[in-house]
Amino acid sequence: MAHGIRLHVWGERACFTRPEMKAERVSYDVITPSAARGILEAIHWKPAIRWQIERVTVLNPVRFESIRRNEVSVKASADLAARAMAGGARTELVVEDWRAQRVSMILRDVAYVIEARFEMTARAGAEDNPAKHLEMFTRRARKGQCFHQPSFGCREFPAHFRLLEEGEAPSPAAELMGEKDLGFMLHDVDHAHGRTPRFFRAVMRDGVIDTRFPLGGESR
Amino acid sequence: MAQPIQNRYEFTYLFDVAMGNPNGDPDAGNMPRLDYQTNHGLVTDVCLKRKVRNYVDLVRADLGVEDGLNIYVREKGVLNRENEQAYKALGLKPDSKLPKDEAKARELTAWMCANFFDIRAFGAVMTTEVNCGQVRGPVQLTFAKSIEEVHPQEIAITRMAVTNEKDAEKERTIGRKHILRYGLYRCDGFISAHLAERTGFSDDDLALLWKALVNMFDHDRSAARGIMSARKLIVFKHASKLGDAPAPVLFDAIDVKRVTEGPANSFKDYAVAIDRAAIPAGVEPTEIL
Repeated sequence: MAHGIRLHVWGERACFTRPEMKAERVSYDVITPSAARGILEAIHWKPAIRWQIERVTVLNPVRFESIRRNEVSVKASADLAARAMAGGARTELVVEDWRAQRVSMILRDVAYVIEARFEMTARAGAEDNPAKHLEMFTRRARKGQCFHQPSFGCREFPAHFRLLEEGEAPSPAAELMGEKDLGFMLHDVDHAHGRTPRFFRAVMRDGVIDTRFPLGGESR
Repeated sequence: MAQPIQNRYEFTYLFDVAMGNPNGDPDAGNMPRLDYQTNHGLVTDVCLKRKVRNYVDLVRADLGVEDGLNIYVREKGVLNRENEQAYKALGLKPDSKLPKDEAKARELTAWMCANFFDIRAFGAVMTTEVNCGQVRGPVQLTFAKSIEEVHPQEIAITRMAVTNEKDAEKERTIGRKHILRYGLYRCDGFISAHLAERTGFSDDDLALLWKALVNMFDHDRSAARGIMSARKLIVFKHASKLGDAPAPVLFDAIDVKRVTEGPANSFKDYAVAIDRAAIPAGVEPTEIL
């Protein structure tokens, strides 16, 4: 595994929101490659590199919990605002009056192993070489250093992390053994092409999901 | 703009409630929130952030620093009016997309950060139709969890008056209150120096945040809350921006234990120990409270 890293991540709660269920959030069963990339980028990222998630190993049984919170659902009309600025009517948006009580179906007690590698991008300069970035990432992950605390989908659900050293391999819970089709999942958002979301058919075999893209079951 | 903070921080915050409801669950008829797997009580991150905002809003005038300590997400506040101020200050037309001119867009976001304490601390999505972009703030709070199981009680109360004319015959109505006899809660939080750089969250802001956490319950009294108090605030200051120790190692160094038998009635039933030996070099723990 050239430039490969393995990171053990875990936390009490997680919410990897399904894009089709955003108002009342429902999490996917497992972490998306996009969220896994976000965790790695919180530890080390430069424009010179692009993280590719190769495999995710699910360590804990999938458990859900629901939580309802008061959220703000504010959208004011632009022309009202424009009129208000021209000295006309005021737009009144009081938090209590624009309260949405939204429920979220979130995951409990999650733990994963993220296996990833990175490639150099067109923005890599002369001073950027893979060994340097690999070294920076592993040093930070080993020491618990990060750019900002990584999280599982939402910032209120922190992701704790540690670098897995050679020979360390946490194993998935017994009930994750066998093959499970998780359906189409968001793979990542392609920022290079107008933020197109890409999906993939996620299949978990003995706790392991191959997230290399494109896979056979790519959908566009 | 003052210099942004130069160190990473983690913090552990303990607060308790006596004969009250710290955070109602809209899904359970406003009962105190419970983690149904463990019966521990929960207080959401957003509940605590609300109180921080209210406190800062309250003390602004007393501090004599009116500028830069506005609060964006207000109770009885008007979000888009605040956004308009940014546009007005910069002489732009309100628009639902970020200004095409990226420099102008950045200027707008910077103006919002400079003027609003809660945006500097927590960030904000300003992609309302009067758009100021989106910022991630450095301060990250997590759900607070009670140290032990909590047992909500339902208390029925009566009122000697009625609201509607048609109920006049009844002469009285029944209401319900949910309370916990006692619960000690722990919330862990993170502050990123790198994200502070982007919003301009400074040492003064940090001091104000600590002050808010220490004092905010004293200004949040109500019939539902009972007696809530901040009990402990332990801050881990890293020597560097990136940090010098894994967060879980630091949180694990704080142990909150029962020291009495039977149901807990007060903070005296608990002991808080900081295992200083477990805290790696480069991290300095401070008890703010």
